[in-house]
Amino acid sequence: MSSSVDRRATRAAFEASVPVLLGYITIGIAFGLLLQRSGQSWWIASVMSLFVYAGAAQFMAVGLLAAGTSIAEVAVLTFVLNARHMVYGLSLLDRFAACRRFKAYLVFALTDETYGILTTVSPPPGVSPEAFYARVSALDQAYWVIGSTLGALIGGLIPFDTRGIDFALTALFIVLLVEQIRSVKKAAPYLVATAASGLALLAVGPTNFLIVAILAAIVGILPFRKALP
Amino acid sequence: MSAAPLPYVLGAILAMAAVTVMCRATPFLFFMKRKPPAVVDYLQKYIPPMIMTALVINSYKGLSFAARPYGIPEIASGLAVALLHLWRRNTLLSIFSGTALYMVLIRVM
Repeated sequence: MSSSVDRRATRAAFEASVPVLLGYITIGIAFGLLLQRSGQSWWIASVMSLFVYAGAAQFMAVGLLAAGTSIAEVAVLTFVLNARHMVYGLSLLDRFAACRRFKAYLVFALTDETYGILTTVSPPPGVSPEAFYARVSALDQAYWVIGSTLGALIGGLIPFDTRGIDFALTALFIVLLVEQIRSVKKAAPYLVATAASGLALLAVGPTNFLIVAILAAIVGILPFRKALP
Repeated sequence: MSAAPLPYVLGAILAMAAVTVMCRATPFLFFMKRKPPAVVDYLQKYIPPMIMTALVINSYKGLSFAARPYGIPEIASGLAVALLHLWRRNTLLSIFSGTALYMVLIRVM
């Protein structure tokens, strides 16, 4: 691959990842600060963000580790929180089928936000999807690792009032939903997912809402197979 | 401050990392050798819009309408993002404007 194509891939990936930059740096700082205040060494935050790389599970772990929760329980709770990622992969089988060098990393680094970008934003013309995917994934993780490390090291010293900046991630999901509506112009998936989310909130409440909602949506979309292309 | 013993902390991190990567890798490992059934082809197409819908709802699930500011900053900023994006289709403009509006609203309301 020529270096100008490389540069275009990097540029496009950076532009796609800027919303994640805002969200991951600030939420990462909050996580690092919380972990360090719970009595862990600062570098534990970096190690977690490098090897676990799952935001909600990492926040959950702060309390669990401080309470000395057994490792088996930590594993089970992590599974409940991250089981939704099994479904994410299911819809990326085709997109990742052509990936070779970076496939293992792409699978490892599949967070909610990265999934949203990879399934919604197209790589620029002439750039291989894998090159684009790998750059988006690595940039997103870099933001998260940098944010959590900063938070653990100097989080208490940050003088700006950044309250509310994490709304960037909500805004990112709204933008990605608008883009999905532009490309998948069928009412059924949105209505089914909304109904499934409502049912999930009623059934299990907000805590384990996401996995129940996603599973219910998948079951709910199956009867439309004859009607949808 | 009494720190948790390091082997315990590192063991817990290792377990979390293994469980998380297993969740993310399961569908790829399962369909590595066998061909996905037709229903998976069908689902691949409609899972992203459904997940994006659920993720937006997930961002709003904790909203409280009972007390000031009645969820107005979240709803107004979210609508601004959606409308701006429908109008200009500029991702960064939509996200920056909506986030700035939200940061202002939560401070003044």
